[in-house]
Amino acid sequence: MAKNILIKNGHIIDPANKLDRKCDVLILDGKIAEVGKIESKTELTLDAAGKLVLPGLIDIHVHFREPGDEEEETIASGSAAAVAGGFTSVVCMPNTDPPIDDAASVEYIHRMGRQARKTHVYVMGAITQGRAGEQLSEMGFMLQAGAVGFTDDGSGVQNAAVMQRAMKYASMFKNVVISQHCQDNSLAGNGVMNSGYNSTVLGLPGIDPLAEEMMLWRDIQLVRKTNMPYHVQHVSTAKSVELIRQAKADCLPITCEAAPHHLLLTDDDCCDYDTNYKVNPPLRTGRDIEALKQAVKDGIIDALASDHAPHLKSEKELEFLTAPFGIASLECALGLYIKALLEPKIIDWPQLVSIMSERPAKLIGVDKGTLSKGKQADITIIDPDFEYTVDVNKFRSKSKNCPYDGWKLKGKVEYTIVGGEIRYSAREI
Amino acid sequence: MSKKDFTWNRKHLIGLRELSREEIEHILNTAQAFEQISTRSVKKAPTLRGKVVVNLFFEDSTRTRTSFTLAANRLSADVIEFTQKSSSVSKGETLLDTARNLEAMGIDIVVIRHSAGGAPKFLSRNINACVVNAGDGFCEHPTQALLDTYTIRQKKGSLEGLKIAIVGDIAHSRVARSDIYAMTKLGAQVTLVGPPTLMPAKVSQLPVQVSYSLDAVIGEVDVINMLRIQSERMGSNQFPSIKEYSHYFGLTVERMKKAKPDMLVMHPGPINRGVEIESEVADGPNSVILQQVTNGLAVRMAVLFLVNQAAMAK
Repeated sequence: MAKNILIKNGHIIDPANKLDRKCDVLILDGKIAEVGKIESKTELTLDAAGKLVLPGLIDIHVHFREPGDEEEETIASGSAAAVAGGFTSVVCMPNTDPPIDDAASVEYIHRMGRQARKTHVYVMGAITQGRAGEQLSEMGFMLQAGAVGFTDDGSGVQNAAVMQRAMKYASMFKNVVISQHCQDNSLAGNGVMNSGYNSTVLGLPGIDPLAEEMMLWRDIQLVRKTNMPYHVQHVSTAKSVELIRQAKADCLPITCEAAPHHLLLTDDDCCDYDTNYKVNPPLRTGRDIEALKQAVKDGIIDALASDHAPHLKSEKELEFLTAPFGIASLECALGLYIKALLEPKIIDWPQLVSIMSERPAKLIGVDKGTLSKGKQADITIIDPDFEYTVDVNKFRSKSKNCPYDGWKLKGKVEYTIVGGEIRYSAREI
Repeated sequence: MSKKDFTWNRKHLIGLRELSREEIEHILNTAQAFEQISTRSVKKAPTLRGKVVVNLFFEDSTRTRTSFTLAANRLSADVIEFTQKSSSVSKGETLLDTARNLEAMGIDIVVIRHSAGGAPKFLSRNINACVVNAGDGFCEHPTQALLDTYTIRQKKGSLEGLKIAIVGDIAHSRVARSDIYAMTKLGAQVTLVGPPTLMPAKVSQLPVQVSYSLDAVIGEVDVINMLRIQSERMGSNQFPSIKEYSHYFGLTVERMKKAKPDMLVMHPGPINRGVEIESEVADGPNSVILQQVTNGLAVRMAVLFLVNQAAMAK
């Protein structure tokens, strides 16, 4: 496959280099060779007139289910979904079966990612062995194997002493982040949706926003003490936003992400017991959405992350109480962010690209997220105004548990270029 | 719309939240017409002859299941009993597969009791047969609330303007929710009574008053509905002890002295004597607990009749 590509006439948005204008990009030997007005010839020229040319999008929170639940997703199918969604890098969560809690497992994920030959596949290791929240896992060995951070995602570390120990210990390593699914299980109980009027009339056990906020508050105090870089996954409540805003104002090393469903859906959507709306943290309220959007606008949200969580139809075809949590959205995530954030003019394109590429790259400590000369050529080319209808049956993901089926979204991915190779092209459809 | 023009067109009875006052009254009026069948020497009507009703019960139940079985029998339907402890996918067949299998056998009405809120609604979306909710999680128990309001109407003439207290574990009670919808739609004022730990989230958004003191409420109400304290809740530490619960929220002979002399005492059963209600009160002159059970039959006959009629019309 051609590693020398000239992208002509596109509109480049590269926030790291403050670029927001029409120009060309030349890729030589898989690297960015030049950005500007380029006349030279290469083996392949892509006409990007009317298109946006962006540093490759990065999703720092996906579940590819391998090893253990390959019927739901594999690293190969998830990677194909990623590039179709415009993502040149993804970070897999370690809540697989068995969990990713040692160096060999980290290497396995990387190997499967290389074999899939689609997107760059990174992985976070578990904070604790078996994600059981007790004994620390071998973070050092996992870092050596290339893990980009640690989390017990799916469940937060419940025990404050264990969490403190994890932060203290990890603080001796450079370029690593500890990431948390904030949820105090004693408060969340057996909840399956947001606690509120809707849970009351639906007769379903609720998850109080406090379950998230309590653990977040605790962890902020631990960061204050350890100064360990800490990342808050899928922030879902207005109060959590406030806690993070304050922590950032106090100059603590804290980052956070927002998921598309927490920007677009509320617990009203659960009222028909459609399990495609069952997700954890749960869909909250309009007030929480407003707070999250304001946080995006103010730069408090460092990254947008899909929390792509595939599940089989047969699993989601259960009672709301028993069906698993999760939404599969990797392939339409970009369109969802456009709908949630650009259409209502919360932010503009450069800001969106910043929190989908530049800042996520920094957050996980990889040398990506820009179109600077000499960098590996990870590039996403999109048609920003092209409207399409989400059709789960066309997903490359093995799972179709997506509440956005039938939604009309803008922002069609034209090409996804990873390391100078075209790994996805809309033409192949 | 005048009462004469009213036509019932629901082939499912999922809950009372979605029903109008007219629809609720129509069920109660239909039940009234069925009431006398039980007093005849031949206690049977041919209304559902040739129809198959399945009692699909995923939770223990004696009186509701028996009542539905008897109601279906009285209407000459064939009744299949299907009881299964759990619907968890790990333990076997899913709810959907079970229902589809039953449907493949040619059933007409599914009466479902399930521990998951929303299970009847889920079923109604996925099968063609009529679905009647016999209690789902802590979402709704529509036929219980219908028999409650039927009993009140029978004793008091109407619910308009009545003050009704529902006492106990509101948070985990499907009866309380269905009662709230039915009673308020029929014009009653409902006060929920219990400790704050047994109140659901955002209870203030329901069309009710809330009180944490039974003593403050008991003198003012025309009807009191004592909910059963579920034994499984006792272990979950929602209140310190049965003794303390009874002290504050039990309907005792002593407390009855403060009540209006004609206050109706109701209970959805089965009662825990000495926990939420003292025996002397449960068996006393104000109690209509057994009348509720009797009325349950007429109400369930009415519901089976109406959903079948709507299904035939479609």
